[in-house]
Amino acid sequence: MKRRDFLKLAGAAAGAGSLAGLAGCASMAPSKARVVVIGGGFGGATAAKYIRLWDPSIDVVLIERESGFTSCPISNLVLAGYADMQDIRQGYDGLHRHGVQVVRDEALAIDAAKKTVRLASGGDISYERLIVSPGIDFNFGEVQGYEAAMNAGRVLHAWKAGAQTTALRQQLEQMRDGGIYVLSIPLAPYRCPPGPYERASLVAAYFKQAKPRAKVLVLDANPDVTSKAGLFKAAWKDLYPGILEYRGNAKAVGIDAATMTVKLEVEDVKGDVLNVVPPHRAGDIAQKAGLITTNNRWCDVDWRTMESKAAPGVHVLGDATLSAPAMPKSASMANNHAKIAAAAIVEILNGRAPAPVQILNTCYSFVSQKEAIRVSSVHAWDDKDRTLKAVTGSGGVSSARSDAEGAYAWSWARTIWADSLA
Amino acid sequence: MRTLLFAATVLAALPAAAQDPQGRNLAAPCAICHGTDGRAVTNDVIPLAGLPREHIATQMRAFRDGKRPATVMHQIAKGYNDAQIDSLAAWFAAQKR
Repeated sequence: MKRRDFLKLAGAAAGAGSLAGLAGCASMAPSKARVVVIGGGFGGATAAKYIRLWDPSIDVVLIERESGFTSCPISNLVLAGYADMQDIRQGYDGLHRHGVQVVRDEALAIDAAKKTVRLASGGDISYERLIVSPGIDFNFGEVQGYEAAMNAGRVLHAWKAGAQTTALRQQLEQMRDGGIYVLSIPLAPYRCPPGPYERASLVAAYFKQAKPRAKVLVLDANPDVTSKAGLFKAAWKDLYPGILEYRGNAKAVGIDAATMTVKLEVEDVKGDVLNVVPPHRAGDIAQKAGLITTNNRWCDVDWRTMESKAAPGVHVLGDATLSAPAMPKSASMANNHAKIAAAAIVEILNGRAPAPVQILNTCYSFVSQKEAIRVSSVHAWDDKDRTLKAVTGSGGVSSARSDAEGAYAWSWARTIWADSLA
Repeated sequence: MRTLLFAATVLAALPAAAQDPQGRNLAAPCAICHGTDGRAVTNDVIPLAGLPREHIATQMRAFRDGKRPATVMHQIAKGYNDAQIDSLAAWFAAQKR
C-alpha cells in the first residue's frame, strides 16, 4: 500500500472507528494490490472473502454503511413469527478473520478513471479493482404518493430486511381479526422472484393460526405467479382456501394513505396493512457512478468477469445486474456472481487471463411454517451468445412441498450465510 | 526470499488438484449448500471435503443419469459433463475435512 493512500484510507476510516483494524495492515508485507468492495450483502461479502481465500496477497477493503448483515432469505419467516430478527442477523467478524478490512462508511461517488471511491466520512480510497454490490433501490415515483405514505408509516415494502421487517411484523400483529393484508408485487424483474409468494403464504399461515377471519390479498402486476407457480398455487388451494386471494395483472400505480387505499390501473383496493413493493433498480451508488446501462434500471456486465460494460476495472454483482437469461435475482446468484468476480480478479491481478466460471442457483421458499419448495438451475458461459445461459436439461423445481425441503431450506440458509460471511 | 522458498515448499507438498483453478471454480458454487470448500455447516448435507474422488464422481453420475434418487441433485448434476464432474470431484477430494 502506498503511504499516501494509506493515510487517506486511515483518515477516512478514523470517523468510522476502524483505524486500529486498518493500521494493522501497515506493518504487514506490501500487498500485491488493493480491491475495494462496496456493499456487504451476499455479493460483496462473498467476493471479499473469496479473493482473500484465493490470493491472500491481495488487500481487500469492504465498505458497508450498516454495522452488520441482515438476510432477506428467512425474513418472511420473521414476518410470520416463525423466526426472530436475531436469526437473520450476522456480524462481519468472520470477514475480519479472513483479513478483510471492513470499514463502516458509505460510498458516495466512484472515479473509474482515477480508480478512487469517495467516502461519506471524507477522503478517497484508491483501488486496482473495484467491486460494486449495491443491491437494489426503489423507483418510488412509479407509485404515486408512495414516499409520503411510507414516511407516515402507512405503507411498507419490507423488501430490504431490517427495520421495515420489524415494522411490518408489528403491523401484522396489531391488525384486527377480519382485516385485510394487501401485498402488491411489481413487474418482473425484481429481487427474489418467489419471495412475494412465499410472503403471502407465510402471512396466510400466521392468520390461519392467530386471526382466522383475516385475509391476504395479493395484487400482482405480473399476469401470473412468476416462480414455482404450480407449487405455490397447490399450497394456497390446500392450505389457505378462503384466506389467500391472488389477482394477476393488478399493478399498483398509487397509494392514498388517508384512506389506506392502493390504486390499481382500473380500480381501488382498501386494506388494513398495505405492503406495496415498488419497482426496483440497481442501488443508488450504481446510479450515481453511471454503472446503470439498461432501462434506467440495471447494470450490464461481462458474465465471464462481472466487469461493468460501462466502467473498466469496476465489477458489478448481484441484484443490481442486468440478469442473464433465466437467471433470478437471488442470494445464491449474488454469492456465485461474487465467485466469478473473485476468480477473474485474482487471475487479472496475477497477470493471467480469466476463464469463464459455471455457476448454479438454488432458492427455497416456505409455504408454511415447516414446508418448503425449491427451484434450481445451472448457468454456463455460451461463447456464441456471449452470456451465461441455463444448461439445457438441468434444473427444475421440487416434486412437492414437504417438511424435508423445509429442513433443507434452513440448511441452505445457514450454509450460505457461513459461505458468504464466516 | 526465505518466505518465498517456504511458500514454494508448501505448494509442492499439496496435491495438484488442490491448486487447480478449474476444479476450484467448478466446485465453489456448490458451497451455497455444501459449505466453503465442501466443509458442511449442517448435518443435512453431505460434507464433500476429503471424500474419495471416485466416490464423488460416481455419485454425481448416478444423480445425473437418474440412478440415485434425490431431492435436488438429480437436477443440478445434469448441468455437468464427465470432464467437469472429474475435475470438481478431484478438487473436493483434495480439500481438508
